[in-house]
Amino acid sequence: MSNKLNPSMSLAKPDSQALSKTQKLGVAIGVIGLFIMILAFFNVDFPNKTLFLSLSLGMITVGTIIFSNNAYLTKQAGIKNDGVWFKSIASRGFWGWILGIVLTLFYIVLYFKAEWLGLAAKGEANSGLVALFDPLSQLLNGGPASQWFVYGTLYTVAILVFGYKFMLKYRHNKHQLLRTVSVMFFQLAFAFLIPEFMARLNSDSFSLPYYDLKNIWPLNYYNFDKYRVDSMIEAGDIGLALLIFGILSIFVITPILTYKYGKRWYCSWVCGCGGLAETAGDPFRHLSDKTQVAWKIERWVVHSVVVFVTLMTTAVIYSYLGHDSSKYWLTKDVFLLSVAGILTIVFALVMIFKRKELAKDAQYGAIGYFVIIMVLIGMHYFSSTKDVFLVKSYTLQSSYGFLIGAIFSGVIGVGFYPIFGNRVWCRFGCPMAAILGFQQRLFSRFRITTNGGQCISCGNCSTYCEMGIDVRAYAQKGENIVRSSCVGCGICAAVCPRGVLKLENDSLKGRINSNDILLGNDVDLMDLVNQR
Amino acid sequence: MEHIVIIGNGISGVTAARHIRKLSNHKITIISAETEYFFSRTALMYIYMGHMKYEHTKPYEDWFWKKNRIDLKFGFVKNIETKSSTLYFKNGDTLQYDKLIISTGSKSNKFGWKGQDLEGVLGLYSKQDVDLLETLAPNNEICKRAVIVGGGLIGVELAEMLHTRKIPVTFLAREDHFWDNVLPSGDASMISRHIASHGIDLRLKSNLKEIQSDDNGRVKAVVIEETDEVVHCNLVGLTPGVSPNIDMVKQTNIETDQGVLVNQFLETNIENVYAIGDCAQQREPIGHRKAIEPLWYTGRMMGETVAQTICGNKMKYKPGHWFNSAKFFDIEYQTYGWVFPKPKEGNAHFHWKYEDDTKCITIEYENATNQFLGINTFGIRMKHEVFDRWLTEKRSADYVMAHLQEANFDPEFYKTFEPEILERYSESFRMA
Repeated sequence: MSNKLNPSMSLAKPDSQALSKTQKLGVAIGVIGLFIMILAFFNVDFPNKTLFLSLSLGMITVGTIIFSNNAYLTKQAGIKNDGVWFKSIASRGFWGWILGIVLTLFYIVLYFKAEWLGLAAKGEANSGLVALFDPLSQLLNGGPASQWFVYGTLYTVAILVFGYKFMLKYRHNKHQLLRTVSVMFFQLAFAFLIPEFMARLNSDSFSLPYYDLKNIWPLNYYNFDKYRVDSMIEAGDIGLALLIFGILSIFVITPILTYKYGKRWYCSWVCGCGGLAETAGDPFRHLSDKTQVAWKIERWVVHSVVVFVTLMTTAVIYSYLGHDSSKYWLTKDVFLLSVAGILTIVFALVMIFKRKELAKDAQYGAIGYFVIIMVLIGMHYFSSTKDVFLVKSYTLQSSYGFLIGAIFSGVIGVGFYPIFGNRVWCRFGCPMAAILGFQQRLFSRFRITTNGGQCISCGNCSTYCEMGIDVRAYAQKGENIVRSSCVGCGICAAVCPRGVLKLENDSLKGRINSNDILLGNDVDLMDLVNQR
Repeated sequence: MEHIVIIGNGISGVTAARHIRKLSNHKITIISAETEYFFSRTALMYIYMGHMKYEHTKPYEDWFWKKNRIDLKFGFVKNIETKSSTLYFKNGDTLQYDKLIISTGSKSNKFGWKGQDLEGVLGLYSKQDVDLLETLAPNNEICKRAVIVGGGLIGVELAEMLHTRKIPVTFLAREDHFWDNVLPSGDASMISRHIASHGIDLRLKSNLKEIQSDDNGRVKAVVIEETDEVVHCNLVGLTPGVSPNIDMVKQTNIETDQGVLVNQFLETNIENVYAIGDCAQQREPIGHRKAIEPLWYTGRMMGETVAQTICGNKMKYKPGHWFNSAKFFDIEYQTYGWVFPKPKEGNAHFHWKYEDDTKCITIEYENATNQFLGINTFGIRMKHEVFDRWLTEKRSADYVMAHLQEANFDPEFYKTFEPEILERYSESFRMA
């Protein structure tokens, strides 16, 4: 599957990109590990599930370690992108498509046909793949496994083993090492272990939603559902603390951290979606679309998702609040007014202080704002107790869950890694990324600075930007990169052969700059043209 | 509205076109016989290495040119008749211009070696060179060994390229250490060791005697001048630098020497004809600069400047402080100001190297006044803007060494070396 211009005619070994013997051994061991799961999927009932599950996960891990050690430790530390576009799996070749299809099918089964994985009906014992994970589930949370436990385990293993691979690949780059340790830690501790232990604390008399605490609304779009809020309130102080933490996360903690460090603190250091993209997804980062058309689509789609999730969440909360303020201060009307109030304050502040920076996008922002406000007013006048616009609010939510939560983030987001790159979800679909990005663009100390006139327009930065940002377009103008979509992974700076790019937090002043004449030329000319 | 015609769609010509478009409503045509669209020449190596595809090396999407009303013409200019302001193309086309910019770039040097035109011998400059390399050296079975002749920046790039296909490389350089006609010996010897550490058979103080042919007119081996050793190979890369690509211009009445001769306004001897980039030769070299500067950055700066002149704001080409950059396998190199291989008279060098043998700096300063003149930095990224300012402010070497941290441009969390460098610098004075 060569993408070269003049493919070699040699049949034996066209590109010298073949795997070494050791790498083949690593692949073989990993595939055997996977094969155990496939057998389980086809209902092979392993006698000792603990043994075979350990064997399966163990072999996947060992196989990846053997592969990575041989691929990277046999070479000197440095950028390791040799032959990326010649590899079938990494350049939309045969193996890329196969992997994409397999992953997509897995997600479809996971979301819509979990019984095929062996998930039992209530009261019965699991079978198949889910049953294989029962021992681990028993160990961690004291109950049988579910399809989500299987998925969570595989997800965590993927981030850990491919995180190891990533760390070897970028072992010369301390920034990348620390960042990867961080996503590995947050996945293992926050996304995987803590929720399982929380589940263990629940009993008949005490029930608390157990979840990934770093999963913030709106990424966690069901965080303020009635059943969750109810059980948090019923669980006393701990539950109330969790509820307050969930609200503070999006309204206080997130804005502060994003102001200081840009959205990267979340997207590239903490988030699980980002964690998978940066580790298992790393070999596909160059497949993102860099055209201006893709950028336009991205802005429309991702901001529409934000509008959708805001309305949907409002409708859900609205539906379970009461009318009587004497029972509880937060009534339907108070709630609608506060949502409208918060949105108006944000909109007004942006329009007053940042209008110029937004330029043409300001109009779109205004349109989005008015749509939401009109809908909120409509909600007040035309909705009954249960329904919002004659549609059950939970129908609204389940369509969001289906379209965005399952299809977009899972099936397309991960299943299409080998086709559209590793950050499709983060770029086009994630409402959290959009909100953080909005702030990053307008009110954050973060930017990627360029180094005077040193850019040679080679295009490595743009090619390896997983978010499809045309980094070079800025670098060759000596302009800082301040883009809402930038997740601050730092790979552009790593692959730059001339030391042109650096991720930095600095003051807001002079953050967005643009030079027609770059540093290095006649000082008078630079003044004349750039000061205009 | 005038018709501005630019021959050559490299960085110089394209920069000129973009700036003319910004400043004016002139009709602009860019001519190229190499590729239909502008690409980054410096990125050619990454295509062969598999880091990028050709399309990634294009800095602008294909719609850019039409949107900005820059016409692109694919064709080879055979002759320029300056009296009638007409270009004659190989295929018989003609084109009238009001103003002409010659930015035809460079071609690889060949020094009359025996066998230099055999099949399997190539330079590395154009898109066509990389396409040819892909055919001649797709893998290490078709190309069992390659010999590179000429130890400069293109040579080391070619070595790195071939290395990614696991093709054994013998690298002949006539210098004592790699590129030590430009780099001080401390820097040059570290880079020599780094190149060798990648398994490149680097032969210093070695010249090419001849290239031997097999029965089919293909490269079979090279002979080394000093030892008469015969090195069998399937590919010879000739990379002893480049020279202006102006064969076509030489037959016109535009005055040439090695390059197209221009004054500081980038004007040739013919009115309304300009030359910029690699192919231009300054009648009077500027400062310590060479009369011909085959460099990405200078090409761009000449493009920026000539656009002003053409659009009625006549302007001299006055480049600021010298800077350049490169990458030698895994080691990045940047330079600001002047560091000569041997300190110029009255100057001195300070050299620091980190124990892992992949990072070093050399600064040059004036002995009497301690004025800082320039820095070479390897493996540590430094800020262009800060050094440009220090050079303008004529800071002392003491000041620069004490404030080196301000210039650091390495990624966050990287180990910093400034305290160690300063300590070593101070020590060197105590010992003196």
